[in-house]
Amino acid sequence: MDTITTVGTRGRVGEATPRIDGEPKVTGAFAYASDLHREGMLFGATLRSQVAYARIHSVDTSGAAATPGVVAVMLGSDVPGKNRFGLNFFDQPVLAEDVVRYSGEPIAILAASTPGIARQAIGRIAVELEELPGVYDMEKALAPDAPRLHEFGNVLRHVHIVHGEPDTAEADVWVDGYYETAMQDQAALGPEAGLAVPAEDGGVDLYVATQWLHVDREQIAPCLGLPEDKVRLHLAGVGGAFGSREDIHMQIHACMLALRTGRPVKFSYGREESFHGHVHRHPSRIWMRHGANRDGRLVTLDVRLMFDGGAYASSSPAVVGNAASMAAGPYEIPNVRIEGTVVYTNNPPCGAMRGFGAPQVCFAHEAQMDKLARALSLDPVELRLRNAVSTGSVLPTGQVVTGAAPVRELIERCVAIPLPEPEPDRGRDLMHYPGGAGNVTHGEGIRRGVGLAVGYKNVAFSEGFDDSATARVTLARTPDGPEAEIHTAAVEMGQGLYTFLTQVVRTELEIDRVELHAIDTLIGGAGSTSASRQSTMAGGAVQMACAAVREALYGRARARTASVPPGAELALGDGWVTCDGAPLVELGDLLDEPVSCEAVYHHRPTGNLDENGQGDIHVSFAFAAERAVVEVDEDLGLVRVLQVAAAIDVGRVLNPLGLTGQIEGATAQGLGLGLMEEVQLRDGVISNPSFTDYLIPTILDMPPVVSVAVEDPEPGAPYGLKGIGESPTIVATAAVVAALRDATGRELNRAPVTPDELVGLRGPATTSGPPPIPEVPGQKSVPFYFGMSSGQQKIM
Amino acid sequence: MSYLRPTSWAEALAARAEYPEAVVVAGGTDVMVEINFGRLHPSALLDLSRVGELRALGREDGHVRVGSGVTYQSIMRDLPGELPGLAAAARTVGSPPIRNRGTIGGNLGSASPAGDCHPPLLACGAEVEIASVHTSRTTPVADFFVGPKRSVLGPDELIAAVWVPAATGPQTFSKVGSRNAMVIAICSFALALHPDVGRVGTGIGSAGPVPLRARAAEQFLEGHLGETGAWESRPRLGDAVVDEFARLVAGAAQPIDDVRGSADYRRHALGVVARRSLMWCWDEFRGGRP
Repeated sequence: MDTITTVGTRGRVGEATPRIDGEPKVTGAFAYASDLHREGMLFGATLRSQVAYARIHSVDTSGAAATPGVVAVMLGSDVPGKNRFGLNFFDQPVLAEDVVRYSGEPIAILAASTPGIARQAIGRIAVELEELPGVYDMEKALAPDAPRLHEFGNVLRHVHIVHGEPDTAEADVWVDGYYETAMQDQAALGPEAGLAVPAEDGGVDLYVATQWLHVDREQIAPCLGLPEDKVRLHLAGVGGAFGSREDIHMQIHACMLALRTGRPVKFSYGREESFHGHVHRHPSRIWMRHGANRDGRLVTLDVRLMFDGGAYASSSPAVVGNAASMAAGPYEIPNVRIEGTVVYTNNPPCGAMRGFGAPQVCFAHEAQMDKLARALSLDPVELRLRNAVSTGSVLPTGQVVTGAAPVRELIERCVAIPLPEPEPDRGRDLMHYPGGAGNVTHGEGIRRGVGLAVGYKNVAFSEGFDDSATARVTLARTPDGPEAEIHTAAVEMGQGLYTFLTQVVRTELEIDRVELHAIDTLIGGAGSTSASRQSTMAGGAVQMACAAVREALYGRARARTASVPPGAELALGDGWVTCDGAPLVELGDLLDEPVSCEAVYHHRPTGNLDENGQGDIHVSFAFAAERAVVEVDEDLGLVRVLQVAAAIDVGRVLNPLGLTGQIEGATAQGLGLGLMEEVQLRDGVISNPSFTDYLIPTILDMPPVVSVAVEDPEPGAPYGLKGIGESPTIVATAAVVAALRDATGRELNRAPVTPDELVGLRGPATTSGPPPIPEVPGQKSVPFYFGMSSGQQKIM
Repeated sequence: MSYLRPTSWAEALAARAEYPEAVVVAGGTDVMVEINFGRLHPSALLDLSRVGELRALGREDGHVRVGSGVTYQSIMRDLPGELPGLAAAARTVGSPPIRNRGTIGGNLGSASPAGDCHPPLLACGAEVEIASVHTSRTTPVADFFVGPKRSVLGPDELIAAVWVPAATGPQTFSKVGSRNAMVIAICSFALALHPDVGRVGTGIGSAGPVPLRARAAEQFLEGHLGETGAWESRPRLGDAVVDEFARLVAGAAQPIDDVRGSADYRRHALGVVARRSLMWCWDEFRGGRP
């Protein structure tokens, strides 16, 4: 089950360091979760509802159970503990019992001797359903006569933020806009997979690709009716995540079947099941009204936003909190009203995805800034510069930006990147036109456009979460010299975290050889690898643990050598403990016994929103600016992005190689939402659950990304770092669509933009005006006021 | 599931006769996906990938005989001069791994309305050579498709080859997709000029239940070029002619709305690529005349 580690030997913080998991991944030696194997294991399969909303009258499993090779079939009534889980609230059944609320919801699971038999037997389960009139439109969910999908109604959370005097503020120029973004799939290349192995103590060991081992366990154990120490999670190779692995998918199902059969049970989703088996990015509808003075100073902003949470809560309450609190963008606006609602519908559940609510509002506020610049006859770059936040600025929540906020520098450095040279038609590779390999233009109909977007993302969890991280560092003597081992539960999902953690150890302990312990729940939690937080949090924990190791070494050095004068400065260097710069004792001589230290890193505490939506709710912020240059074939509505110029607020560059990879990857995902990525739904049923019809950008769709890292160290963060996994995604969608507007002159208020819209066959998304504000008991999630238990409560 | 892997054409035909229910697989780029998705549960698979004869290219009477096992990669590499339209279509298929595996016979056998080879084969007036243990016959490509994913192939028949007239004039193929590579066509269009016989060939993909010819557009342009002596004098084409041709191509489509695109867009895009295709081909035919 050892999936990950190679011993890394070079690279300190700031140096270009090759990935410690790089070679096994490119050679194919790396074991992903789908490669898990145990002798005698069974294969799990899931029966999922094919309709969105229905009452379950009966489930007949006899045909499946009688199939040779099938060992166990289980229903909701077989869940050993409680049949509910969830990230923010336990509102989602492990297996639906009386009602299914979305198409794809699991109803039954089984384990069989081969995947083929398992799949065949699933087809032999007979379910009698009575379809119910469902809610498939987020605004209709608010209607008084809409079907109530949960006992507490359809409103999951409403956030109300008022700052200044938005009702009476006066402005010279007003611009209104309505914007929509579609449901996006994370499209991680490795579908969900895991293997549950029953243990002799009556517990279970689960090997799984996830983003957060400990919060998985908090949800799994109560459903299995087991104490947490009997549920041990081990990280299997993660083939990308982007938020999709923050929720439970096959974990509880596999454990149930393993405990029932006494045999290891593996689940490994295919692509189609993956589309149904994880949460997606929330579709949004956003109404914005900006007022500004003639000199280009923003005066007031009114925002109404709606997010479709789908059938269950997942992390929707936190997502809408993010979206609402950041809806004004990285701009100073003295008077703001923001009303943000996330509702339950019978669409597939939405939850975490890279950006976590920020891409949707960035798409809207950046379109508004361009509109406003036109209304003011002002350069859009200048408008943004005049209103950009900086350290000391006050956000709509009343929170003061205390950390680094080099927004003006980002904008200036982004637009200073040279535009791509015009490419003449003569001699141009036909692949380098919009439409690419399709050979649809030789230069006819081509128009160029340029668009800019600025945005920001909160780093780490907000609104009172204390998402701490634990790490243990053990330094031991080996024949090859001193070697450190890092033990953490933090998840690497392809972004380069583990490589960075080894850089931290090399930097702090001045040694070369660093190894990673298997990732499991035998150590304290590290929180989720999400929210641009894990370099700060796990990195901070490893740095603290190293400091403790260093102190222990100094103690041993002092005890060993009588010659250390009081007040002398001890340090590490070249495998030695030095005293005032002179070698004192070799590290190896201090390591008859290994030194092992554990540390827990906490970010600074955050608060909650008060009744006016005021509060210090975020830890810190990472900003980004991107400029996209596009060519559009205005007759066919096809697009080629020529270049993305990126200026990213990184705090400090930790690993230039990894930084480039994150900026390019995040940009690609944002570009995808701008141009092609949409989970299409018809009555709640996904109509394109495959990579044939759900398109993600290919290398021919991705332009060169010319990036600059702006280093402005974040006070209080390890090495002054800021996570950058999300900020480029947030701005990329907005920048690409802005460039399309520039090229075509069309409104393009919905992402992704379709060819139909670009050629004018379909007009902009329309609205009959913002929906009414729902009545709710307060700023927290509505289920909270109904006493619903929370998946993350223990961590708060 | 039985798995049959003949190593000669005679064996393949015998196996086909013996197992008429077998699903025929060549490169596997369609069939294996369907099996993996659980949408196809064949009782037998007849794998033609070891039948060497099917990979042969031959020339006879101004035609290229393309064996049904010839891959897209081979078409791109070996036939761009003789069959430029088909080679252009092969270039738009999937990604290099798909082009290395997928075959022209498989494309025809799957009979998808979106198959990339079909429009140029229609435009060129190709014929499909079909065989069984008893007989051999050829059928025009235009008559080969009878519905979405359905063709005239009988249960005991296999596709032996496709006979494609070698180009005597410019040909082009365009595929409209909402991604710049690796995409199933929203719609596609092929045009072939046959100046030796005064003919114009067209093919429309992914905009009807089967691949279509735009016969009215062909006849209009043949009529215009013939009546005005344009095949000989090679003048510039007036906008009115190009517009009418584009209008007739768009009008020949029978598109629907689906997850890939709307019917309106398909019609619109076909008009655009028809106009551009005609301009490209005619400019090439004029050969730089002023």
